[in-house]
Amino acid sequence: MKVVLENLTMKFKSPHVKGEEVTAVDHLNFEIPDGKLICLLGPSGCGKSTTLNLISGLETPTEGKIWFGDQDVTRLPPEERGVGLVFQNYALYPHLTVEQNIIFPLQNLKGDRKMTKEAMHQKAVEAAKLVQIDGLMERKPKELSGGQQQRVAIARALVKIPRVLLLDEPLSNLDARLRLQTREELRRIQRETGVTTIFVTHDQEEAMSISDQIVVMKAGKLHQAGKPQDVYDDPVNLFVAQFLGTPQINVFEGKVEQEKLWIGEEAVLDVPGRKDRQVWVGIRPEGFIPGDDGPFTCRMDRIEMMGRDVSIISSHPKMTGRCIRSIVSSDDHLPVGQEQVRFRLKPHKVFLFDRESEERV
Amino acid sequence: MKKNNNLKAWLYLLPAILFLGVFMVYPLIDVFFYSVEENYHSISQTYTGVGLGNFGHVLSDPYFIQALKNTLLLVVITVPISTGISLLIALGLSSITALKKAFQTIYFLPYVTNTLAVGLVFMILFARTEYTDGLINTLIQSLGFETVDFINGPYWAKMLVASLYTIWVVMPFKILILTSALASVNQDYYKAARVDGASSGRIFRKITLPMISPTVFYLIITGFIGAFKAYSDEVALFGVNLNEAGMNTIVGYVYDMLYSDKGGYPGYAAAAALVLFAIVFTITYINLKFSRDKVQYM
Repeated sequence: MKVVLENLTMKFKSPHVKGEEVTAVDHLNFEIPDGKLICLLGPSGCGKSTTLNLISGLETPTEGKIWFGDQDVTRLPPEERGVGLVFQNYALYPHLTVEQNIIFPLQNLKGDRKMTKEAMHQKAVEAAKLVQIDGLMERKPKELSGGQQQRVAIARALVKIPRVLLLDEPLSNLDARLRLQTREELRRIQRETGVTTIFVTHDQEEAMSISDQIVVMKAGKLHQAGKPQDVYDDPVNLFVAQFLGTPQINVFEGKVEQEKLWIGEEAVLDVPGRKDRQVWVGIRPEGFIPGDDGPFTCRMDRIEMMGRDVSIISSHPKMTGRCIRSIVSSDDHLPVGQEQVRFRLKPHKVFLFDRESEERV
Repeated sequence: MKKNNNLKAWLYLLPAILFLGVFMVYPLIDVFFYSVEENYHSISQTYTGVGLGNFGHVLSDPYFIQALKNTLLLVVITVPISTGISLLIALGLSSITALKKAFQTIYFLPYVTNTLAVGLVFMILFARTEYTDGLINTLIQSLGFETVDFINGPYWAKMLVASLYTIWVVMPFKILILTSALASVNQDYYKAARVDGASSGRIFRKITLPMISPTVFYLIITGFIGAFKAYSDEVALFGVNLNEAGMNTIVGYVYDMLYSDKGGYPGYAAAAALVLFAIVFTITYINLKFSRDKVQYM
């Protein structure tokens, strides 16, 4: 099912200041293609969970429309939208067994969609098999591990074959290893069922690794949407560039003068065709090549060996973060024992942003 | 070191142990002795023998039988009704936003009101005096029905007033506890249920009720125990001579046996108290047994 958000806006009354309104979601426009997995990504408070609640129908937008295919669902209550929702804390009913939890949505069906006990059991087993918990049907949620509870929650969301599957930070309550495993699993389940899936997370690595598309949000606004790699390689503004990628992008104060990029006293890169102006320079950690003939001089701090890669930690008067982190291959010439390190820069890993608007130039 | 710590712990506990020992444990044990000492005489402090005579006397005393019947009726009527209405009010309170605080305060007021003051209000509502038949009777009259003497009239009328009174007095506490129990249910369960298409009736039966079942159960048990101990409410309504009014309770009977004009029989009082204890104990035990599969402790 294709999902389209049209001018979607949600305003809340401020809980702190009387009479003041908070805009959680601000004129959001985008389209989620049928059968894809997309991630709503942003720092906490960016409106991504509110967006998910609006799509699920738990909240009604102040303005704008939501389409599932050709159907306008903006005013439909959640149960008529055919969505499955997985909560961050799973929200499994603690007094019901795994099977009872999974069939709960089926028991609510009315009219000709009503199912027999046998059919419900059948469906529950199918859903449980999909997420590989069919051996745990008689257990209570508290007798399950976090990862198993997560799977039950997914099975419950999938059992009535939703048109759209919504996942609200589904992995953040799991430990690091399980998180990695579960996200592969999620990807597999999504592929197998082909259900359009919207995934909310603040973890950019998670988002990059499993989604067909990511939507980067901040303060209720959509900043950039696209394939993860495209957004990473071509950020539209400083926020998106900084939000994606670990380690974070290195940002410097700089200027463009006579088609050269200057950081401090050094012209570090040729930028043909660019107008003179003050800029923020963003350089991805993998955009540095160490070498004695490099035009960009930094003060050497230390080298971190990480097996396959090597991190060179250095500093520069014009940097904005605490240090410059560059990731280079261990085959590169390493500035061991030196006071200074010189870099050449890979042009496609260097992004320039306007100093005022922070938009990409 | 460890031993030293233990000593300190006992020292800290000493005041409480002394207090409980003197005022709780010793009297509890003493009651058993009193109950089996036949024909105990308070002044000479003598008794004629040891046996179950006191129990025999109490269980065949028509006043005790009446008190037992009254108490059981009060329990059976007031506990389910007060818990049920409290649950409805608590549900209402937790689903409104405007004036919530105001309503919560209003519903809590009876809890901080003196029993006798509430009794006075009930008198104005129900009592017949030289000048008026009471507010309720005036109302009944205006609707064209026969007036009833609620305080000195037929048994059912008196029981009705007593039940109303008890329900009225115990509800604030139950509402308070249930409101906080409802508030402590994680909202995500409701969201999940709504997305799953559960009707509000089903959400209540399948989610809300199981989630707050420990609280409901707690209120039922304490409600039972509280109703079995009823006495002051009846005094506030019908005066100190409850036997004459036919509205005595077991605790009232115990009191009468000790201190009233016809009193001075600690043996009978102790026996009656133990009968009450046996009833409360049995019912609580059955409740606990029954609840084990019905109540969800999370």
